[in-house]
Amino acid sequence: MIADVRLDKGRRARSALGLIATAFCSALAAGLLVVLLGYVIIQGWGALNPAFLTQLPRPVGVTGGGVANGIVGSLIIVGIATLMAIPVGILTGLYLAVYGRGLAAELVRFLAEVLSGLPSIAIGLFAYTILVQPFSHFSAFSAAFAFTVLMLPLMIRTSEEAIRGVPTAIREGALALGLPDYEGILHIVLPVARPLIVTGLLLAVARVTGETAPLLFTAFGSQFWEINPGNPMAELSLQIFTYAISPYDDWHRQAWGGALILILAVLVLNVGARLALSRGSRKR
Amino acid sequence: MQSTIAVKNAPTDDARIVLSARDVSAWYGGKLAISDVSLDFRRNSITALMGPSGCGKTTLLRCLNRIHEAALGARVAGEVLLDGMDIYASEVSPVMTRRQIGMVFQRPNPFPTMSILDNVLTGPRYTGLARDPHELDQIAEEALRRAALFDEVKDKLRTPASSLSGGQQQRLCIARALAVQPEVLLMDEPTSALDPVSTLKIEDLMEHLASEFTVVIVTHNLQQAARVSHYAAFMLGDEHRVGRVVEYSSTEQIFTHPKESRTEDYITGRLG
Amino acid sequence: MRLDEAAAPAARRTLSVRERIADRMFRFVLLAATLLFVAIVLGLFAELVHGSWESITTFGLAFVWSSQWNPVTNKFGALPFIYGTVVSSAIAIAVASVVGIAAAIFLAEFAPRFIARPLSFFIELLAAVPSVVFGLWGLFVLAPILSATVDPFFQRTLGFLPLFSGNIYGVGLLTAGLLLALMIVPTVTAITRDLILAVPNELREASIALGATRWETTMRVVVPAARVGIIGACVLALGRALGETIAATMVIGNRPAISASLFAPSYTLSSVIANEFTEATSSIYLSALLELGLLLFIVSIIVNGSARLMMWSMVRRQGRAR
Repeated sequence: MIADVRLDKGRRARSALGLIATAFCSALAAGLLVVLLGYVIIQGWGALNPAFLTQLPRPVGVTGGGVANGIVGSLIIVGIATLMAIPVGILTGLYLAVYGRGLAAELVRFLAEVLSGLPSIAIGLFAYTILVQPFSHFSAFSAAFAFTVLMLPLMIRTSEEAIRGVPTAIREGALALGLPDYEGILHIVLPVARPLIVTGLLLAVARVTGETAPLLFTAFGSQFWEINPGNPMAELSLQIFTYAISPYDDWHRQAWGGALILILAVLVLNVGARLALSRGSRKR
Repeated sequence: MQSTIAVKNAPTDDARIVLSARDVSAWYGGKLAISDVSLDFRRNSITALMGPSGCGKTTLLRCLNRIHEAALGARVAGEVLLDGMDIYASEVSPVMTRRQIGMVFQRPNPFPTMSILDNVLTGPRYTGLARDPHELDQIAEEALRRAALFDEVKDKLRTPASSLSGGQQQRLCIARALAVQPEVLLMDEPTSALDPVSTLKIEDLMEHLASEFTVVIVTHNLQQAARVSHYAAFMLGDEHRVGRVVEYSSTEQIFTHPKESRTEDYITGRLG
Repeated sequence: MRLDEAAAPAARRTLSVRERIADRMFRFVLLAATLLFVAIVLGLFAELVHGSWESITTFGLAFVWSSQWNPVTNKFGALPFIYGTVVSSAIAIAVASVVGIAAAIFLAEFAPRFIARPLSFFIELLAAVPSVVFGLWGLFVLAPILSATVDPFFQRTLGFLPLFSGNIYGVGLLTAGLLLALMIVPTVTAITRDLILAVPNELREASIALGATRWETTMRVVVPAARVGIIGACVLALGRALGETIAATMVIGNRPAISASLFAPSYTLSSVIANEFTEATSSIYLSALLELGLLLFIVSIIVNGSARLMMWSMVRRQGRAR
């Protein structure tokens, strides 16, 4: 009797089925992204025109107008948040990388971990209680603060990894010259770590761009031009939200337009982060 | 045993002792790596630390400029006297020590984000040695000449250091170490990662280096030790893999009439 | 050149005053930044507790199982929102874990490079899409499609179950659950894919050598080896779903009532905060909303903490096996 080395039909069928099922699931997930992007592009394209990008919103029920103040507001709020997150995030990451041995440092890392998993609305509540409530005043600055808190865990983690990732040979080279710690870190280690830190920064900015929940009771939104961070300010994702849940068709159309702009911004930031990453690793 | 390698003549033995290790022991984590090492290094001499891999010669070298202790869990005991003063004394700053005892590493490690010029001037700039740009330029040129690199790079000083070849990068690292004007220069297998041509170039410049500095070089290459050094110390790990000095004398003595049989075995190739 | 050796050594043993000051300032600045960060995190927790205090002392533990939510009489309870959050997240993780793990298996084990790369890229891109865009799409595309096709189908076939009874509005628990699933799939897939790739090849080779097919090897050897970590990934994704606010708000219907049907509008913890916070007129109202925020905070810590523990133990296990 010759041994039958062919796989029996049942096993073959099951294996093939498994392959098809898993392939289908990945196609489904990827496909849904394409579908979603497709809708945003198709629906949003029609809303994009110079007026949309440069005008203020029209009063309720009136068609036309734009999201210009939202775009400006987003830039201001994210800009202020980034300015605040850079020093705190990078310096804390630096502290952890250089002096971060022992229980205290582990605790700090643990807190960063905890913070990174918190719902953004809870962070918005925090910003409200310390920056809005005491002054009885909504402000863009309180929104920027909430965004800073959202950005910190990512910046701390990537900064620490970037600095730890600097090769020992380089660190020892600086050490062997008799450079004090701070000079070595400032002039030799940080420049080498810079590409990865920049990547972390771009990813952190991408993370908060498009965040809406904290804005509901910090920046609050506005119909007008505003550049004073002490006042309520319009923000693009907030406008999209407000328009989407309204009963007006024209506002729905504008919501899609805003969504298209938002997605483009986020995509550009993500691609930018990837580019910074690849450029940084090529230099080594 | 007749060795076929050329042997160098030692400078006179009454030359002053610049650096002195006294009963130095060092640990990595809990493990003892070298024990009770005592060696003297004379002014303007080149001393080679030889031995098979794992014998502790690099560990010893790194104890001489207090870089060993920078690693996690590393510890040093004993004294190292520079011009008579113990660099491990509590009031002495390791950072300052490293300005007087410089180091060149096995793999060239130029700072990748800096130009050639900035690499050389890293030490003088950030240790406050000089501030005036004119003075800095002079220091850089002098250091690059001492490292036999100036002529090759004088037209491209501001280009990135990473554009140099391996041998050139190592000479750049030598120039960088020299720019701080140390008394002693430690070299950890400086040519083992280089091609033979670059190796010879660096060996040649060591002779000139010795006229101004005191050099201690770790090498696993016997021919190099014989070619280049005035004094040689042979180290070996004992049965617990703890490194000790087996024999130390002038290079001529060690290579022609070694006192210890273990030294002889190593030199004639029976060991390591 | 050392000419004056007698004087030089003593003068150059210690750092200059300027350098010592700079060194100290450097450490100080680093420490200050770190302490500021710690203060922010601890302050967040403290403020939430402080803000919820009025509600905590007024309603006590009953807050958690009371289903009253009445701003007029100032009687508040969290149960409807807990229910909405739990059910929508449960649907989300059920769907996302199946689809996400399956996708990860395909991408890690079977897909050739030229397919795996773009597919992985697209799935990761899902993670970058802002929540409000998901909500927009969910409201105007997903909800109508579901209410036109999938929901009636379920009602026709499984309508005898309370789960699928009742009116179909388009927005509701099921829609929210499915939208959340789409949002958390990238988390499941990305982590699971890495975990599967990290399983040592020796295991695969041993299984193949015994005559198993690649599919059987994957399902019986590789995936089980990464099991703990994969569960951790799913728990992490669950944590994201629990905290998701804007997308959920836009498709859940915003009705603070508990109903057995999945088609019914509902409310999540984060949605009610989002919708009602700026309209909270009394301090007890505000405090109750803050207490919901505190609940979210605590739940998120527990869920994320468990997820990290699981993945950490997985790394330990792999380390020991070597």
